[in-house]
Amino acid sequence: MSLNELWGYLVLGVVLGCLYAVIAIGYTLVYGVLQLLNFAHSEVFMFGGFGGVLALTAWTPVVNPSGMQSVLYVAFGMAAGAALGAAVAYGLEKVAYRPLRKHNAPRLVFLITAIGASFFLYNLAGKLFDRSSVAMPQMYSNETVFTLFDTDIKTTHLLIVFSAVAMMVGLDYVVNRTKLGSGIRAVAQDPEVASLMGVNIDKVVSRTFVIGGLLGGAAGFLFGVNSKVVYTMGFLPGITAFAAAVLGGIGNVRGAMLGGLLLGVVETMTVFFWGDDWRYVAGFAVLVLVLMFRPTGLLGERLGRTA
Amino acid sequence: MSNQTMNAQAAKRLRQVRWYQEPRWQRLGGLLALALLLAMVTGVQGTNSDPFYAIKENLTGVGLWVYVGIALLIWVAREFFSEPVKQAGATAKQAKGTLVDGPLGQIKQLLAGQPRLRWALMAAVAALAVWGPMGLDRYWQTVLVDQVMIFVLVAIGLNVVIGWAGMLDLGFIAFFAIGAYSAAYWTGALPVAPPIELNNFAVIPLAVITCLVAGLLLGAPTLRLRGDYLAIVTLGFHEIVYLTAKNLNDVTGGTSGVKVDRWEIGGYEFRIVDQMPFYWVLLAFAAITVFLFVRLEHSKVGRAWTAVREDEIAAASTGVDTVRYKLMAFAIGASTSGLAGVAYASKVGYINSENFVILLSILVLAYVIFGGMGSLPGVIFGAAFLVWLPEFLRDYVDPKDRHMYLGALLVIMMIYRPQGVIPSKRRQRELKMAETGSAEAEAEATGTGGKHS
Repeated sequence: MSLNELWGYLVLGVVLGCLYAVIAIGYTLVYGVLQLLNFAHSEVFMFGGFGGVLALTAWTPVVNPSGMQSVLYVAFGMAAGAALGAAVAYGLEKVAYRPLRKHNAPRLVFLITAIGASFFLYNLAGKLFDRSSVAMPQMYSNETVFTLFDTDIKTTHLLIVFSAVAMMVGLDYVVNRTKLGSGIRAVAQDPEVASLMGVNIDKVVSRTFVIGGLLGGAAGFLFGVNSKVVYTMGFLPGITAFAAAVLGGIGNVRGAMLGGLLLGVVETMTVFFWGDDWRYVAGFAVLVLVLMFRPTGLLGERLGRTA
Repeated sequence: MSNQTMNAQAAKRLRQVRWYQEPRWQRLGGLLALALLLAMVTGVQGTNSDPFYAIKENLTGVGLWVYVGIALLIWVAREFFSEPVKQAGATAKQAKGTLVDGPLGQIKQLLAGQPRLRWALMAAVAALAVWGPMGLDRYWQTVLVDQVMIFVLVAIGLNVVIGWAGMLDLGFIAFFAIGAYSAAYWTGALPVAPPIELNNFAVIPLAVITCLVAGLLLGAPTLRLRGDYLAIVTLGFHEIVYLTAKNLNDVTGGTSGVKVDRWEIGGYEFRIVDQMPFYWVLLAFAAITVFLFVRLEHSKVGRAWTAVREDEIAAASTGVDTVRYKLMAFAIGASTSGLAGVAYASKVGYINSENFVILLSILVLAYVIFGGMGSLPGVIFGAAFLVWLPEFLRDYVDPKDRHMYLGALLVIMMIYRPQGVIPSKRRQRELKMAETGSAEAEAEATGTGGKHS
């Protein structure tokens, strides 16, 4: 338990936190427009990992790829993961949530549908991919790039942090500067008035799910890089990311990013101090504490007003 | 070009519908996608060596063509022959309108005038419930006791929380686990010794009180939250209880589990060779619980729960102490689950942490929803049926897939019949109001707390 070890865990925490932040954005966006806790988002994340595996099985990387080849493989895998994630999220909205919106169903009904969909999706993935972990093909050699206070910073760490930051910056731009973004914010603020102003709510909701799915799928791929993908991998990161979204203030995109980073660090610190067994307890404990003392999260709640 | 013509052109572009945007073709696309999904769902199991295996097999298999064929048939029938179908439907509806609420309603009417017949029927049903299972073979008796009765009890408890008070509890099995582990603790089965060892029956009040307190402890800080936060916090609570049971090996026995003594009363030992005594004990538990809960449902407390569920703000402003009643529902539900936990530990005689995975919490939720939340007969039927169904389908469907079908069932139920198989009248009315969008429905649509809190 040296200080250097602690530093190592901190670095890991930031890397993990970046992933949580990207997943949390998916929860927060959907919550913003529909006031719905999209329970099945963790499955979108999981399918993203499988999308990467499928793509890289179809186009197997060579044994010792050159730099350019590695970049291509990673980009291809991530694109496939994001595409599958987006497809799942789109289908989910279309099949499960849209009919309920048309019925003007109570919130409880939405939530139960989300749980059912999550249950269905992850068992479907289990069926299609044999309920065991599938190794992600090696796309590059995971070497130490540089050393920071005796902690090796490896290629994977950099890959995750850079892609996550790029995605977050891109998303922030989309939400705050584009027409679609102002549509999303308008629907989040007041769906009825937004539709009177000419916003096509169905389209905006659908695209919000697609954006969340793209990010979630890419995060799923990054999660599986250099390790394995398994059909149950969505649940715990999903819950932790949701906790992150609540911590930052649900519906608030920047809050989700901040919350994700914080929770990643809290989680690895828990591992450092109490051991791996209690890893996921940290997220839940933080969630309960936040809800008790500051239910609107760190940065306040609504997408429309604050993002 | 003048401004006006430009505007007109823009408007024209907006109104123009490309061929694939027509509803007809979109429906075709949807049906074909559904066929593809069905082929995947019912297709072969994947292999570990090749992630593409299952997808390839399903895309080239016969199943896909059957589903695509059916999808095309449905589409053609709907697009080109919908008029006669609609007319037939209308006449059927007219014919139905002359009947009195279907067969069940007729039986009810018949019985309404004849109290003796009603009593006789009830006695017959009770006798069947008590002695009927003797005729089953051993396997089904075990299923009945170990699973059906236990989960009926759990589902009745969850119904209080979700069906009557309208709070979504995703961690209900946590209380079941607490009940089971209290039973193990007080009978001296755990590695840590209790102050005094008790009989399994004597444990029941202790376990129920423990769960009650656990329910209060969890509920007190969280019940002021909105519905979906509550759901996630209860889920977290479940996970914490599960991880504690799993990781604290010196206290709970962890994944390797502990052996619990079976029931024993006044020198009579319950033995695993004969399932019926266990069944009768559980039946008695269930009967007492149902009796108490029926009384509760129509009491002041039950009405307060309904008020809280339908519109929390209105309830609070008319003087209902919402937090108190929500806590009460939580605690009562938790203690029922704890009772089931004791029964489970004392029946099966062995518990480990893997008996209490999150999956079970979701399954119990599915039972309650399927049967019809808020309706006791519905919940009992839902739990019994959905526990029985996978056992029954064991030979026809790959047992590993059954949870997938259950998830699909939940979604389909929520879309087409959110009130459940045997709905409670009130719940049905609430959902209908939400759909037609009356003033009361407005409040219901935003759920417990909703936008206002």
